[in-house]
Formats: sequence, structure tokens, C-alpha cells
Amino acid sequence: MRRPAERRTRVSLYAEAREIVFDFLEGYDLLGAFWTTVQLAALSAVGSLVWGTLLAAMRVGPVPLMRGFGTAYVNIVRNIPLTVIILFTSLGLNQTLGVSLGADDVETINFRLAVLGLIFYTSSFVCEALRSGINTVPVGQAEAARAIGLNFNQVLGLVVLPQAFRSSVVPLANVLIALIKNTTVAAAIGVAEAAVLMKEMIENEAQLLLISAIIAFGFVVLTLPTGLILGWVGKKVAVKR
Amino acid sequence: MTEVSVAKQDMAATGELVVLKSVNKHFGALHVLQDIDMTIARGEVVVVIGPSGSGKSTLCRTINRLETIDSGAITIDGKPLPAEGKELARLRADVGMVFQSFNLFAHKTVLENVMLGQIKVRKKDKKAAEERARALLDRVGVGAQADKYPAQLSGGQQQRVAIARALAMEPKVMLFDEPTSALDPEMINEVLEVMQQLARDGMTMIVVTHEMGFARSAANRVVFMADGRIVEEAAPDQFFSNPRSDRAKDFLSKILHH
Repeated sequence: MRRPAERRTRVSLYAEAREIVFDFLEGYDLLGAFWTTVQLAALSAVGSLVWGTLLAAMRVGPVPLMRGFGTAYVNIVRNIPLTVIILFTSLGLNQTLGVSLGADDVETINFRLAVLGLIFYTSSFVCEALRSGINTVPVGQAEAARAIGLNFNQVLGLVVLPQAFRSSVVPLANVLIALIKNTTVAAAIGVAEAAVLMKEMIENEAQLLLISAIIAFGFVVLTLPTGLILGWVGKKVAVKR
Repeated sequence: MTEVSVAKQDMAATGELVVLKSVNKHFGALHVLQDIDMTIARGEVVVVIGPSGSGKSTLCRTINRLETIDSGAITIDGKPLPAEGKELARLRADVGMVFQSFNLFAHKTVLENVMLGQIKVRKKDKKAAEERARALLDRVGVGAQADKYPAQLSGGQQQRVAIARALAMEPKVMLFDEPTSALDPEMINEVLEVMQQLARDGMTMIVVTHEMGFARSAANRVVFMADGRIVEEAAPDQFFSNPRSDRAKDFLSKILHH
């Protein structure tokens, strides 16, 4: 049995301790930085899905030139470090070639360049995840589709890809998780996302481990549900044969 | 004898629908089709039989160009088989095909399977397509399964849906590539009955099968293939009771004595 006064002291002590420990967070826009991360990831994910699907279509298509292009693209792009690609969008595209992607201020230009670089890179992995999905669709499905008179685009769009997407959900979730973490590379061209904030905080505050842990936790909050939800979706939409 | 000649005249009057002229095909070193000549008249039911690996499935698949040929010519309704592209897609819509492994679209319901080609290829509106699909599903006896997915149906039911899917395109000719080979014995008859009804209704059919009973009762002509060649062609009665070639005699002696 403690006396009320003693308990009050304890409570205020905890509050005080919390204030001291998390004191360094003051003045930093942690949520804002992660919001930029989410925006980078979301826009790049949509773009990579579209471009990656087109690449996969090229790679399984009947036109040799497109097949060659798709194969070359994937094999070159996925083997270039992302940092090199992101730096090139800024140094090469923007500063040398003057590409500004329709924006005026440096912040927006760099954000868009980063999205472009992430799409360029991630789409090669999306393509391969989808292509492995396409390989799970039995040849007979495409034959039956051709036999009723569907053309190549229809065979792919109406029969093969819908089934391929369903069996690619889990590999695509892996790509998405990698993409979310890869957004930190945008820090290289100064996009104010979570990793930039982390660097800034570490430079200014003395809480190295705690800062790293908070940023790491922020990423886990983003990626863990992504994996769990998409894993569940993958099971839910799986094609029964 | 007179009956046969009358039948031949009928065929001449209604015309040749599928013509294969000296068709050759290789799979690597294997010469699977060797100088195949074959003519199928409108309304005729031709059953192709022969031992495994004789090229009969390949022959069937060349007719809608699921397999390409190395030399020779194939014409359907007077038109030569076009190369890959729009023309070929249009022609395939006129040639119905039923596969050994059914190949129903696994992500679509039974009804959607039968509607897809009508809407996307024949450009019918949804309502007309659904009406026709339901009528066809009733005709093959699976109307009650319309809203299920293929994996929920038995093999026999799936194959009957596949026949309905092909019929929905209003094909000029139907190809059957061993339609009952993947079925449990008790389901074979339900599929054969549907095919027999089709034959009675005057559909032009090319059927690759091991079902000798079907060949006897439904075929106008039996084509016997072995080692990539057509060895013998005859009316079913004549072929089964009095085969001319030794190869056919040997084949029949192995399968008919059980």
C-alpha cells in the first residue's frame, strides 16, 4: 500500500523521464518525413506495376524486337545499383540534360526524379515477378483462348495476366517491401524523406541508437502490414485448378 | 455400296470444308506428319484413330494452327490458313476446339467461360451472350452449374462446358482432341452423348479419340493413322469388320478383344 502522494511523485517522474528521453524529437517533423516516404513508395509502386506489366507483356510476346528489348532492359537495369540510377536522374537527366519533369522548385523536381528512378529500377523486378506468375498459368489456358479467336492482347489481358497476377501477389509483395525501403536512396538527391531526417537528427542529437531504432520502427510499421495483408490477399485470390 | 456413293454425292453438293494437302511437320528429328492428304466435307463426322504417337493429335491441332506446319497447305471453307495475326484469330473463331484437358478459364465462372468469346470476338452484347450461353449450358446438361468455377465441376461436366464454349462461337467445324481421355470411365458417356447429339444435328466434326464405340456409331468415316501417315480411310463398318492394312488389323486386334 503506497500513499497517494508517493504515487503522484512516481507518475510525474515517469513523465519527466519521458520528456528527457524523447526530448530530442522536438523540432523534427517525423510524420512529415515518413509521409514523403509513403508518397515516394506509393507513386513508384503504381508506376512500376504499369511499366513492369508492359515489360512482362513484351517478354512473353510474339514480336522478337520487343522480346529483345524486354530481356535487355531487365538484365541491364536490375544489375545497376539503385544509387547510381537515382544520382543519374539528378546529375544526368536534370543538371546535364535539363529535364525538370514539369516542376519549378528544386524540391519537387528532385521528388519527381526520385520517383522516375525508382520506377525505372523497380519495374524490372515487377516484370520478373509477373513473368514467374505467367509461367504458373498452364499453356492450355492460352491455347483455349486462342482457339476461340481471341487475339494476342486479349489472350494476355483477359486470360493469362488475370491468372498470373493472382499467383504473383506474394512475389509482388516482396518487391513492394523492397521498394518501400529503397525509397531511402532518394536521400542521395536530397528528397526529404525518413532517411534524410534520420541523418539530420543523428548529426544534431546525441541519441544515435534511439534515433535509428525509431526510424527502423517506422519502416517496420509500413512494411510488416504490407507483407501480412498481401500474403492474405494472395491466398484469397489464388486460382483453384 | 450405293449408300456410300449417295453420301459422296451429298458431300460434293455441300462442298469441302477442310482440306489438307501434302502436309508435313517435324518435331526436331521426328517426322510427325508425313504427306497428309485429307478432305472433310460439310456435315461430315471424321474420327481419327491410331496408336499413341501416331500424329493424330498434332494433325488435329494443325487445323486451327495451334501447331504450325512445315510444308503443304490447309484450307478451311476455301480459304488458306492465314499466318499469325488478326486473320488467323478470325478463322479460329470459326473452328471450335475441345481439348483433352478441358482448359476452361480457371478464373472465370462457367457462364463467363461461355460468354467471353461471344462478347470479345463476336461483339455480341452481354444480354444476348448470356442468353445463348445459358441455352447452350442447358443443352449440354450443366445449366445448373452456370455460376460455379471450373474447379468445382467434375471432369465430365467441365468437358461439356468446354463443348458449350466452343459451340457459342457458332463454329463451322469442331475439332475434338481426345475429349474423353482425361475422364473417369463413368463420365465418358455423358460427354460422348453430347457429341453424338452434335453429330446428329449435322455439325462437321473431326474427332481424335480412342472410343471405338463412338467411331462405330457416329462417324461417317474412320481415318487410321500410324507413324505420321494416314494408313487407311474407310466407313466405320468396313474398317472395323474388314480392315485392309496389316497395321490396322494389328491395332484393332489389340484393342477390340477386351
